[in-house]
Amino acid sequence: MKAMDASQTVLKAEARGLNFFYGQAQALHGITLPIYDRCVTALIGPSGCGKTTYLRCLNRMHDLYPGNRYEGEVTLYPDRVNIVGPEVDPIEVRMRIGMVFQKPNPFPKSIYENVAYGLRIRDVSNRSELDAVVERALREAALWGEVKDRLQASALNISGGQQQRLCIARALATSPELLLFDEPTSALDPTATSRIEELVTELKQKVAIVIVTHNMQQAARVSDYTAFMYEGRVVEYDRTETIFTNPTVKLTEEYITGRFG
Amino acid sequence: MTPIQQKIARRKALDRFFAFEGLMVMTAALLVLLVLVGQLMFDGLSRLSWQFLTSFPSRFPAQAGIVSAWVGTILVMLVTAMAAIPLGVGAAIYLEEYAPKNWATELIEINIANLAGVPSIVYGLMALGLLVYQFRLGQSFLTAGLTLGMLILPMVIIATREAILAVPPYVREAAYALGATKWQTVRDHVVPYSMGGMLTGMILALSRAVGETAPLITVGALSFIAFLPHPPWQDNFPYVSFQWLFDPFTVMPIQMFNWVSRPQEEFHVNAAAAGLILLAMTVVMNAVAIVIRARFRKRIHW
Amino acid sequence: MGVNVADMPVEKKDALSGVSPRLRFRLKERAIESLLQLAALTSVAITLGIVGILSYESFQFFSQISIIDFLTDRQWTPLFADAHYGILPLVTGTLVTTIVALLVAIPMGSLIAIYLSEYASRSVREFVKPALELLSAVPTVVYGYFALLFVTPALQQLWPGLPGFNMLSAGLVIGMMIVPYVSSVSEDAMRAVPTHLREGAFALGATRMQTALRVVFPSALSGITAAYVLGVSRAIGETMVVAIAAGMQPTLTLNPLEPAATMTAYIVQVSLGDVPHGSVAYQTIFATGLMLLLLTLLFNIAGHVLKKRYRQVY
Ligand SMILES: Nc1ncnc2c1ncn2[C@@H]1O[C@H](COP(=O)(O)OP(=O)(O)OP(=O)(O)O)[C@@H](O)[C@H]1O
Ligand SMILES: [Mg+2]
Repeated sequence: MKAMDASQTVLKAEARGLNFFYGQAQALHGITLPIYDRCVTALIGPSGCGKTTYLRCLNRMHDLYPGNRYEGEVTLYPDRVNIVGPEVDPIEVRMRIGMVFQKPNPFPKSIYENVAYGLRIRDVSNRSELDAVVERALREAALWGEVKDRLQASALNISGGQQQRLCIARALATSPELLLFDEPTSALDPTATSRIEELVTELKQKVAIVIVTHNMQQAARVSDYTAFMYEGRVVEYDRTETIFTNPTVKLTEEYITGRFG
Repeated sequence: MTPIQQKIARRKALDRFFAFEGLMVMTAALLVLLVLVGQLMFDGLSRLSWQFLTSFPSRFPAQAGIVSAWVGTILVMLVTAMAAIPLGVGAAIYLEEYAPKNWATELIEINIANLAGVPSIVYGLMALGLLVYQFRLGQSFLTAGLTLGMLILPMVIIATREAILAVPPYVREAAYALGATKWQTVRDHVVPYSMGGMLTGMILALSRAVGETAPLITVGALSFIAFLPHPPWQDNFPYVSFQWLFDPFTVMPIQMFNWVSRPQEEFHVNAAAAGLILLAMTVVMNAVAIVIRARFRKRIHW
Repeated sequence: MGVNVADMPVEKKDALSGVSPRLRFRLKERAIESLLQLAALTSVAITLGIVGILSYESFQFFSQISIIDFLTDRQWTPLFADAHYGILPLVTGTLVTTIVALLVAIPMGSLIAIYLSEYASRSVREFVKPALELLSAVPTVVYGYFALLFVTPALQQLWPGLPGFNMLSAGLVIGMMIVPYVSSVSEDAMRAVPTHLREGAFALGATRMQTALRVVFPSALSGITAAYVLGVSRAIGETMVVAIAAGMQPTLTLNPLEPAATMTAYIVQVSLGDVPHGSVAYQTIFATGLMLLLLTLLFNIAGHVLKKRYRQVY
């Protein structure tokens, strides 16, 4: 790995020697990976290499299912908590780290309630405060213009691309410090995809982003750093330009040129 | 025709005959339903009247009525619902959302499946020994309601679990990812989204309880009750009254059973009329369940 | 646009240092979980209650009446001056009505299931299934009425000597009553048989009937067994139809044309009378109930074994 340009970048999180086990099966082997604030970090790699598994470690989604186990650490800055530490409450971690899933998964409630839900469970019930945050989040997700007249309509009755932006707004409403995207555009058409990409580029102005993608062009377009994973390990990590123009590991080159995966 | 064509023709004829037979059997089953309802109407329709609905039982068939029976059914169902619904929904939520995968959970699950197969009269025996004599609740509305509540508990649990299972895991994950706790996820998402299935299951279970007779005979239903229980309200604070819970009870099917087991034909007419009302109650409940299921299905489609 | 990441709405510091608000939250979560667990445990308590009460009262019973007499005496007359406590007449009553019921329900239920799963169009299915469900929703006391006042008189037209109370009408009506249970569970099992198995048979030139009988039915046998077991336990436990239409005289007979009491009918009969709590007569219904429960359990275990034996993995 090459040294980073440390002058502009601030660490948001960093995995060190992270192992992860689904029951007996080890899915991640010694992942060490920095995530910089106000940057987009892309995770690429062939199917089954552990991208989703790693992403879900970052907000402790694995704790929802029995038998899963973390080893090693992921430090969240600035307060240097080990977010996979057993003494840390996963709910506190999820309150700080948002996630957008592969398939749009809005709640079957109104558009408004979808965005407001994160605040409601943080005991915000003041109507004007909720209104303000809902509007802000929908604007940040570039959805406000399309839905502002039907905030009370069901979230299931908007298009797939709009649903995915709604899910982004829902995650943004609680102002997360780190936002995780797991192949957010794999279920969307090209137009909707490019809107999400624009959005990601916008959002990195104020939040650290990790995005999993199978689309090399997408990784190249939106990310600042790229990690190439293979069989549960990070094979190569570097600035995105470097990874795509001048990778040091042969496997990386073969993957991004489409020779396997 | 060549021999092979003949063979095919024969097999086709056999196939058609088999299909015809299936159709006939099915029609026969449905015909039984029609005949049953028809017979009941033929015997009892003429007896249905305001007087019948508002009179107490009597030695004289023409003066007898079902007011204590239908009031009793409603009150018993109230107790049954109050007992079985919270417990059943709670148990189902625990098993689907909280329970760890271990032997204790497995034991609970096997137990519920087996309870669903226990004959209803056995529940009556248990209630007689435990509720009536051990807990000294007497042969009361409370005992009757709790007996039926225990009887339908497995049904409510099974239906509720099925309803909860229909909520896709990704919706839960969406809530958890926002930082929701388990209870918040259950309260705000799992329960509301499975409400249609839950309500359907509850109503079907209650409609089963409405027709149950044997366990209530066992705990000591009376079939000759010439007074109404204490009203569930009172004039002064706190305005609700629970005294009725300890009154002796009767219900519709008990009343019908009493009339049908008498030798005089005039009482059989009363039995048929009571049967019509009872049937109407269960049919309405089933219809409501179907409508609710359809409604919620339209509202939430995953 | 733009709210600074720094001014989050939540008390982040507070949250992570894990002080009182979070603690309170967690305690509430624990309390709720415990309540829900308690709800789940009530089902176990009910089972313990059933087994406990039946065993306790039966124990009292058997401390006075020898279990040998109970199982071998050919008369059941606990309420008479000359009391006999042989359960056999009640068991035969239950078996005869159950067998009559199954002779109706199994062929009818299976044929309906085959028809619905292999032949019927969607619209027929959508009409017939709720109608069949209704058949199982009819209260059993109404079926009792039907057996006594419609089926028996109708059968008396054929057999003028048929007594007014008899096990045949009761068994036939119980059979009709459980047809929907048998048909709906069997149909589900048959519809779960994957299409490629059917297509294999059709490709060999089999007719629908041959496919249904030689491919689908055997493949679904595990689920169909479950349906039959469900039917058997319903028939054994059925009370009101027999209490109303089969008479309540315990009689040791295998002839369905005769009146006889089943185990369930006997329990009803005693409950209708005035039997003092704690008397031997009171205890007999619990001993009978225990016998009934064991019989049901026996069939369920047998069914479980058969189900395992026929299980198919597609
Ligand atoms: N719940 C699970 N239990 C057990 N093993 C799992 C589970 N989920 C994933 N795995 C395994 O962990 C490994 C990594 O899976 P993961 O889903 O992280 O891959 P991925 O890189 O996201 O793949 P894709 O690009 O297909 O989404 C795979 O071998 C997979 O089979
Ligand atoms: Mg993945």
